Amino acid sequence: MLSVEIEKRLGDFVLQAAFETASGATALFGPSGAGKTSLANAIAGLLTPDRGRIRLAGETLFDSQAGIDMPAWRRRIGYVFQEGRLFPHLSVRHNLNYGRWMNGLAADAKTFTRVVELLDLGRLLDRRPGNLSGGERQRVAVGRALLMQPRLLLLDEPLASLDAARKADIFPYLERLRDEARVPIVYVSHDVAEVRRMATQIIVMDQGRIVNQGGLELLARQSANRAGTVLDDPERL
Amino acid sequence: MLSLTPQEWTAVALSLRVALVSTVAALPLGIAIALLLARKQFWGKALIDGLVHLPLVLPPVVTGYLLLITLGRKAPVGAFLAEHFGIVFSFRWTGAALACGVMAFPLMVRAIRLSIEAVDRRLEDAAATLGASPLWNFATVTLPLALPGVVAGMMLAFARALGEFGATITFVSNIPGETQTISAAIYTLTQVPEGDSAALGLVVIALLISLAALMASEWLARRANARLHGI
Repeated sequence: MLSVEIEKRLGDFVLQAAFETASGATALFGPSGAGKTSLANAIAGLLTPDRGRIRLAGETLFDSQAGIDMPAWRRRIGYVFQEGRLFPHLSVRHNLNYGRWMNGLAADAKTFTRVVELLDLGRLLDRRPGNLSGGERQRVAVGRALLMQPRLLLLDEPLASLDAARKADIFPYLERLRDEARVPIVYVSHDVAEVRRMATQIIVMDQGRIVNQGGLELLARQSANRAGTVLDDPERL
Repeated sequence: MLSLTPQEWTAVALSLRVALVSTVAALPLGIAIALLLARKQFWGKALIDGLVHLPLVLPPVVTGYLLLITLGRKAPVGAFLAEHFGIVFSFRWTGAALACGVMAFPLMVRAIRLSIEAVDRRLEDAAATLGASPLWNFATVTLPLALPGVVAGMMLAFARALGEFGATITFVSNIPGETQTISAAIYTLTQVPEGDSAALGLVVIALLISLAALMASEWLARRANARLHGI
C-alpha cells in the first residue's frame, strides 16, 4: 500500500524511517518528539526528505534519485491535523466541499450525506469553525479530508487537543470511519489505548527512528512499561 | 459655503477619479509585490523593498521630476509608450493617476504585506493537502484571510492619492479640467485675491471625502474581520 524509505535532517534531529503498510489502519506510535509528525508531513508532501523514496499504491510520490517530488496538492492524501486547521472564513459546508472543488470532483450528494451522517455533522453545516467545539472541529476536519476522496488518510493525533470526555465522544466515529470508509489509514498517536482501538499494524518510533514494527502484540509489552515511553529501543537499554 | 464654480466641481470629480483609478490600478501589482516580499527569499529582495519604499522618503517633487524625465513625452520611455501604444501620461489626468499611484504604492504594499505575513501558513498547508494548487491556495485561503489588510492598504492608498500634490503638479502640472485636482485647485485659489471662500469650500469637500473614506474602510474591515473569525 504505502511504502516509505526516507531520511531527513532537521537541525540536530535526524528522521530515518523505512516501512511498508498493508491496507487497514497503521499506527505510527511513539513519544512526542519521536518524529511522527515529521514523517506524516513527508508522506503528505509538506516536508521534503533529503533522500529516499515514498510510494503509494504503486505510484511514486517521492524519489530523490529519480528527481521525483510530487507536490502535496497532487498527492490526494487526506490529512487531519492535530489542531483541525479548518478554514475560518468558510462555513462548515464549504470546508467539507473544499477538497472536492480543488480536485475538480463532481458533486456527489450521496457521498456527502454518507460522510455527514457518519460523522454526525448535519447540525453544523451552516456554522462557522469559529463557534464549534474542539470535538466538532475535529469531526469536520475528518469529514473534510474524507470528502476529497483521498487515497490515504493521515490522522495526526486527531484527539490530542481534546479532553477525555471529548475523546470518548469522537472515538466511535473514527472506528466507524476505519470500518466503513475503505481508505487506508495512518494513525499517528502516542496513546496506547488509542492505538489499540484503532490500528491493526503498529510502527513504533523513537528519536527519529523506527524501533519496532508489527501487530497489536507489540502493545502488550508497551503497556507493561510506562505508558508513553518506548523501551523496545535496544540502544536505550 | 458650498457654492462652487463648475471648474471647482470639476476638480473634485477629477480628484475622485484620479484617486480611485490609481488605487484600483495599483492593487494587482501591490498584492503581487506584497506577496513576493512576504513569502519569497530571493537575491535583490532588499533592493526591491527599497525601491518600493522610495516614494515614501523622497520629496514628492523629486518623484514627480523622475516621472517627468522618464515618462514625459520627450523622455525615452514616454516617447516609446506614446509611439507604440498611444499611451501618454504627461499633462493628462492619467499621468496624475500614475503619480498618485506611485506615491501611494509603498503604503498599499506595506499594509497588504503585513496582513499576508499574518496569515497562518498551516492553513495553506491544509489547503495544499486538500488539492489546492498554489494559485488556488492563494485565491481561496491567503487572499481572503488577508482581506482586512488589503482593504486597509486600498484605503491608505486612496487617501494618499487624494492628498497628493507635489509629484502630481511636477509631473502633469496644474491644468484645470485635466490635471487640476482638489489640492492643486486649493493651491491655485490661495494664490489669487478673493479665492479664500472657494478654497474653504474645497477644503470642506476634501474633509468630507476623507471622512467618508475612513468610515467606509473601517466598516469594510470590520465586516471582513467578522467573516474571518467565523460568525
